[in-house]
This record gives sequence, structure tokens and C-alpha cells, in this order.
Amino acid sequence: MGSGATWGLLTATFAASLVEFVEALTIVLAMGVTRSWRSALVGTAVAVLALVAFTIVAGYALVNWLPESALQLAIGTLLLIFGLQWLRKAILRSSGLKALHDEEQEFREQSEAARQAGREERFGLDWFSFVVSFKGVFLEGVEVVFIVITFGLNADNVPLAAGGAAAAGVIVLGAGAIVHRPLANVPENTLKYGVGLMLATFGTFWAVEGLGVLRDGGESLEWPGGDWALLVLLAGWLALSRLLVRALPGLARPRRTAVIPPSPVEEA
Amino acid sequence: MAFVRGFGRFWYDFIVGDDWKIAAGVVAALGITAVLVANEAFGDSALIVIGAAGIVAGFVTSLVVDVRRP
Repeated sequence: MGSGATWGLLTATFAASLVEFVEALTIVLAMGVTRSWRSALVGTAVAVLALVAFTIVAGYALVNWLPESALQLAIGTLLLIFGLQWLRKAILRSSGLKALHDEEQEFREQSEAARQAGREERFGLDWFSFVVSFKGVFLEGVEVVFIVITFGLNADNVPLAAGGAAAAGVIVLGAGAIVHRPLANVPENTLKYGVGLMLATFGTFWAVEGLGVLRDGGESLEWPGGDWALLVLLAGWLALSRLLVRALPGLARPRRTAVIPPSPVEEA
Repeated sequence: MAFVRGFGRFWYDFIVGDDWKIAAGVVAALGITAVLVANEAFGDSALIVIGAAGIVAGFVTSLVVDVRRP
């Protein structure tokens, strides 16, 4: 793999993982600050252990039990759904039809929910803190695992993809430990737009390719131009998203809430 | 029972996410293309174009439905 592709793989997994880690950190911080640091950290640790077990089992099953085309179809479909969800939010935010994601606001909402929840103790832990931290870290972590597996397998270098994700995790954890509040300065909305485009591109490529599992012999479908089709897909999703950013406000019906002015950051 | 409900909810949140229409659009596009692939109705290139166009159509439809909802 050339140095350009290496950096591309690192950047892709780093950016995607950074966003997921920031979201997980916001949830854990909200539980720790408002209820119990110990329970929130135990929930995080148990989620990390569960993630390791999930990765080993899923990785083994995917690589050893599924034919290549079925693997492409399964992972491609998941990536496509993740990517299009991210892209949908990015388009709605860029066009001013949805408020920008704000980690400070997310933190306030999580903290308020934590304050209002009842206090139940199990195994010596504040159960609400434990469960919310576990779910938050596991849910965001599984997305990171899928992203690492997909980009890693595609570039034939899973360790490098895992390294990109680990670097993002270390940076987010380090920053969280220092500031002890949500990382609001991370350009999360812009990152999500870029990552949504990448996931939609790889997801479309793999999911459609993997449909070949249904024909005799189970051979993957062949994209015209092979891997170069990825660039065409990326350009296509980018062009479509910019078109939708311009067109959707004109199609929107008036809502009870005011339309939010488009963000210069998102437009950039 | 609460565990099963929570388990199901977790995987629904993980796979389907905030907008079920996106997942439905992807599954519909891939499902239609899968039928064509299984019946070997077209060559690879045509099937690829049909699959990709279906995904795009499902995505655009779900966004337009979202913003047209009063």
C-alpha cells in the first residue's frame, strides 16, 4: 500500500473514530459529574471488555464462516445505513433545517436526565450511571469496530486501521481527562459530513458488490473500473449532498420551530 | 423480559438509528436488486447501476418525506 493510501486509511479511521469517542465521552462525563464517577468508569470498563469479546467473536465469524461476497453484503449494508444516517443529518444541518449537533447541549440534556432518574444501587454501583455509560460506550464502540474492520479489510491492513482508531481514542480520553467537560471545540458536524460521505461510498460499493452471493457460484458483482469506481461514488455522493443542501429548504413545509440559518462551518 | 426488550432496543438503535426510512430505503433497493441478481436478469454493470440508483432514490425520497412533513 502506498504512503498516500496509508495516510488515507489512517485519516479515515481516525476521523470516524474521533467522532464516536467524543460522543461516548460526553455520555460518561455527564454520568460521572452528576451521579457517580466510580459507576460511570466501571460501566465504561465493562463496555470495553464486552467490545473486545465482540470484536474477537465477530471478526472470527466474519472472516472464517462467511464467503467474501456475503461479508461484503453484510458489512456494506450496515456501513451504508450508518453513512446515510450521518449524511442525512449533515445535509439537514447544512441546509438549516436541523440544529447543529452541540456536545455542550447533549451534555446538559444527559445531565438533566441523570439528575431526575431515581437512585437504585446494584453490586455497590449506582445502576443508572453504570447502565447509561455501558450502553453509550458499547454502542459507539461497535460502530468504531465496524469502521475499522471495513476500512482495514478494504485496504488489506486492519492493524493500521485499528491504530488510527486507537490514536483517536487516546487523544479523546487524554483531552477528556484534562478538561473534565465536553469537547465542544471538535468540529464534529464537519467531521460527520466527511465521514458520512466515506461510509456511504464504501457501503454502496460493498453492499452492491456483495449481492453476487445470490447467484450461482456466489461471485461478487464487478464494478465497472474496479476500485476506481470508489472515486466516482464519492464524487457522486458529494454532488448529491450539495444539491440536496440547496434544494431541500425550498421543498420544506413550514414547521412550528423556526428554520435555523445555514452554518458557515457546515457550508465550508 | 426487560432484558430482551432492552437487547432488542439496543440493536434497533444501532442498526436502524434515528430514521427508519433510511434503513428501509437501503433494504428495499438491495432487495429489488437481489431479486434481479438471483434471476440473472441483467449483466454485472446493469445490476450495479440499478442497485446504486435504487440506494440514491431511497435516500432522496426519505429526505424529501422528512422535510415535506409539516
